[in-house]
Amino acid sequence: MKKILTASLIAIMLTTGVNADTDGENSLSKKSKPVKDCFEGLNRATFSLNMGLDKAIFKPVAKGYRSLPSPVRTGTSNALNNLSSLITIPNNILQGEFKAAGVNVGRLVVNTTVGVIGIFDVAEKMGFSEYEKEDYGQTLGKWGVGPGCYIVIPVLGPSTVRDTFGSFINILGGDPYYNASTHGNNEYLNDKVYMATKVISGVDFRAKNLESIDNLKKNSIDFYASVRSLYLQDRQQKIKNSNPTIEIMYEGDWEEVETQ
Amino acid sequence: MNLKKILTLLTFLIISFSNTTNSYSIEPDTFVQSTVNRAAKTLSGNLSKDERIKKLKEIAKDTVDINGIGLYTLGAYKKTISNTQIEQYKVLFEQYFLKSFSSRLAEYSNPEIEVTSKKKLNDNYTMVNSILVGTDQRPEVKIDWRVYTKDPNNLLIRDLIIEGLSLVRTQKEEFSSIIESNNGDINALLTTLKDFNK
Repeated sequence: MKKILTASLIAIMLTTGVNADTDGENSLSKKSKPVKDCFEGLNRATFSLNMGLDKAIFKPVAKGYRSLPSPVRTGTSNALNNLSSLITIPNNILQGEFKAAGVNVGRLVVNTTVGVIGIFDVAEKMGFSEYEKEDYGQTLGKWGVGPGCYIVIPVLGPSTVRDTFGSFINILGGDPYYNASTHGNNEYLNDKVYMATKVISGVDFRAKNLESIDNLKKNSIDFYASVRSLYLQDRQQKIKNSNPTIEIMYEGDWEEVETQ
Repeated sequence: MNLKKILTLLTFLIISFSNTTNSYSIEPDTFVQSTVNRAAKTLSGNLSKDERIKKLKEIAKDTVDINGIGLYTLGAYKKTISNTQIEQYKVLFEQYFLKSFSSRLAEYSNPEIEVTSKKKLNDNYTMVNSILVGTDQRPEVKIDWRVYTKDPNNLLIRDLIIEGLSLVRTQKEEFSSIIESNNGDINALLTTLKDFNK
């Protein structure tokens, strides 16, 4: 099964022209090209399906989750963040961010032990720097792999070919939590627990963004295009590991307005 | 003698007036904080939703470069459309922007925004950084404001960047998507804006 998935993904990447830049420059150091929406018709259909699922299932569940006491939600969110550092740390190393890797290992140790499996973010109170998640899609981007086409995945939502491939690396051995859940010999973790963690993670995200998503939907004249733009901007920013990306991007577009 | 006195007085008045005008030029971060305070006062006051929206529209007209944003969001299409279409677009865009902007903000009650720092990008732009203070219901949010500083006496907001995501860029890509999916016909965008503004 894994081999089939890997082969399928490689085939998709090849057919959609995803490849590393050959001039030795990181793609983000140049003016970035717009990401192609090669399967827009299919993507829009999947997006509609996801919106239907969101209305029927995810949004009501997220609203219910919102009604839980704040400390419960904060603890859940902290524990999920703590688990995500198991993916962040190897990616810090793969991106050559050894100092960040060290800090995140320290955070993981402190929060898992003193913070009771990550429920309390003790590291933050101790003055650790702000936690930035990393994943394999970001690492591939940092290495110069282009995003490929924009795709919308049923249930999971917006992605690109590169980011989808990055997500598959998690289940191909890149996520220690997945490995321990599915292949580990212990009585506490199994694949159901892993799936439950992922579902809670999705609900936590949706609950944090209830108003902003509703607001965006209400005020968009093409909601699909808005979500696509926001997703791609977010990924670009995360790959660049820089907050004020906008400072150096799109200045040319503004200068054009200047001359009107 | 009297004429001299009048001239001296006039000169004095002109100088005083120009000094007074200069004293109105404020720093971009102060401008953003005062704009935010105006909006927060409107949102936390005992106003009906319609009154809130009306006030927010007034604030937006005073502080946002709606025309500049409109041109930016048209992207490359602004070079290909007719003068009539661009004038029609400007009117529709302003209506669209004010409706969309005020409707987005009107949902919030008492948002607490703290300006934290600023960075001059060039002579025309300064980026002002701020934080929307978190509550039990939502986490803290970083908001950056692209302030157009070409005329120091008339600072204008040209973009809001929320957690690194540019609202104006999102708008531009949304408009572009509508035009592209209608074979490059700008009229499709004009019709969509008209429908939204109803």
